[in-house]
Amino acid sequence: MHIVVCIKQVPDSAQIRVHPVTNTIMRQGVPTIINPYDLFALEEALRLRDRFGGEVTVLTMGPPMAEDSLRKALGIGADRGVLLTDRFFAGSDTLATSYALAQAVRKIGETWGTPEIVFTGKQTIDGDTAQVGPGIACRLGLQQLTYVASIQDLDLAGGTITVSRRAEGGVQELKTRIPALITMLEGTNEVRRGSIGDVLRGARAELVVWNAQAAGITDMTNCGLRGSPTVVKRVFAPKGRATKAIQIDTKDRDNEAIVEDLIARLYAVQPSLEDDLLRMAAGY
Amino acid sequence: MSTAPTPAAGRAGMKKELPERFKAYKHVWVFIEYEHGQIHPVSLELLGEGRKLADKLGSELAGVLLGGDRAALQVAATEAWEHGADLVYVCADPLLEHYRNEPYTRVMTDLVNTYQPEIFLLGATVLGRDLAGAVATTLLTGLTADCTELAIDDERSLAATRPTFGGSLLCTIHTLNFRPQMATVRPRVMAMPPRAPGQQGRIIEHATGLREDDIITKVLRFLPDRDSNKAELAYADIVVAGGMGLRSPENLQHVRELAAVLGGEWGGSRPLVQKGWMEADRQIGQTGKTIRPKLYIAAGISGAIQHRVGVEGADTIIAINTDRNAPIFDIAHLGIVGDAILLLPVLTEAFRKRLSVNRLAG
Repeated sequence: MHIVVCIKQVPDSAQIRVHPVTNTIMRQGVPTIINPYDLFALEEALRLRDRFGGEVTVLTMGPPMAEDSLRKALGIGADRGVLLTDRFFAGSDTLATSYALAQAVRKIGETWGTPEIVFTGKQTIDGDTAQVGPGIACRLGLQQLTYVASIQDLDLAGGTITVSRRAEGGVQELKTRIPALITMLEGTNEVRRGSIGDVLRGARAELVVWNAQAAGITDMTNCGLRGSPTVVKRVFAPKGRATKAIQIDTKDRDNEAIVEDLIARLYAVQPSLEDDLLRMAAGY
Repeated sequence: MSTAPTPAAGRAGMKKELPERFKAYKHVWVFIEYEHGQIHPVSLELLGEGRKLADKLGSELAGVLLGGDRAALQVAATEAWEHGADLVYVCADPLLEHYRNEPYTRVMTDLVNTYQPEIFLLGATVLGRDLAGAVATTLLTGLTADCTELAIDDERSLAATRPTFGGSLLCTIHTLNFRPQMATVRPRVMAMPPRAPGQQGRIIEHATGLREDDIITKVLRFLPDRDSNKAELAYADIVVAGGMGLRSPENLQHVRELAAVLGGEWGGSRPLVQKGWMEADRQIGQTGKTIRPKLYIAAGISGAIQHRVGVEGADTIIAINTDRNAPIFDIAHLGIVGDAILLLPVLTEAFRKRLSVNRLAG
């Protein structure tokens, strides 16, 4: 079988700093990582390949430096890396991104065989939108399976897949037809460490690098800023509260006295709270 | 996933040149998430927000209700009226009883193409996100996820503000030349509007034309969550949360005990999930659960921006932290510079005494 996993290279959000004056992201020196949610998708794809045979192609769209993430994915065990990179993609919102990725998945299918499953993570840690997975499914006419916790059954001959997915207030078990697009829930599997052989192969592998034209994209009006219906008008830092916290005096006082003072002040700033707490404690 | 927040001043797309075919698009819509006989509270919160937008535009506010049972949907429609909807589009079809992306997307896009709303809001729930992405892509329009503020600008365009870069910054996004302008909002980000009992509105019934044979995905089973409390965290009146200042996962016990005495819920900051100290659905902050309780106690949480954005709707915030410069004190109302591990048990005991003594007296 053939599986495509879409990944994104993102800045490590734990290390992002905002410039205090200009309110812009200081990207210099911020390390990049594979979007952590995508790793669960990659692991699930590798497990299916190990079970059913076949190939896992990893696809990413981004600047040339995004090849680092492809090499990491190959180092974990993927078979092929495709980098979709073109200045025409700059400024893409989720709709334009899903167009470009869907076109690339189509081209990958024409070149190495139609994928039975396309995976993405449930969302990215920089955009947090969860929109690109559904967007790709929609554009390719694939069955959309989001927030998948586990794959219960895959019947390649019968062309069906059964999954458990997170739904509102419970878990839904769905059966559908392949090809399907799965966005994988986090924490659903243990992401493997690649073998030494895989890591070396990843570092040296020849990547497939496509610009828009090579990916079969001829209509540039669907790409980048031109293909993006949303426009970012303003970026700014959130405002803090004008007044700071009232600090409870802790000097030369024991914890009991500090806590009594805190509760007295709490009831003073929010008089209705005492009644609320009593009602809740009484089980109303 | 690259809502690249680069303000592109001066480019052609920034200008509003609404194509002729979109000029008839009017009114504000809210998707009413209705499952297992209940409206999700986020839909009512969105009706409150949608009402403000509709009033500013001088247009109508409509709810959109999909489900299996016509009579039950009509009862749900009255709830939507009482929360501010002028009218409710009702699509009753047994094939819509359980949510599936394909039929819901088909019905929603059909409704939009038929009745042409200007703005369309959905809750950023598991269901809402699954649906919104597919509908926006089918309609080829703009969708802004997880908005924290919605406004109408001078050109009658929706200004949707959302956190970006994991909550380090905010950005305001417009969909100038496409309709509808779509946005999702997380539960509890907007306040619940007051209910006006007896307030009436209109119903427009819309036939779906669905056939089960055309729907490829089948629902085999639905297993409701056993630990229903987790779902309550966003809507709890009292929330106690711990951060890295607790120093070890065992000390989360102090957080749980205080929450239990107060009759509230407990959670923690993002690093606790990353360290594996607790499950992701207990994470409080913009990248986890947004909360607006009557009382929020942050113990040993320094207060990263994404955490502050997710809790600032609380009526009163108490922060306990050993670092007097911790940013959590910027949004807290009451602060103690001290060790949460020592103070939490004392606070728990003090509340236990007060609440039980008074209960006996009353």
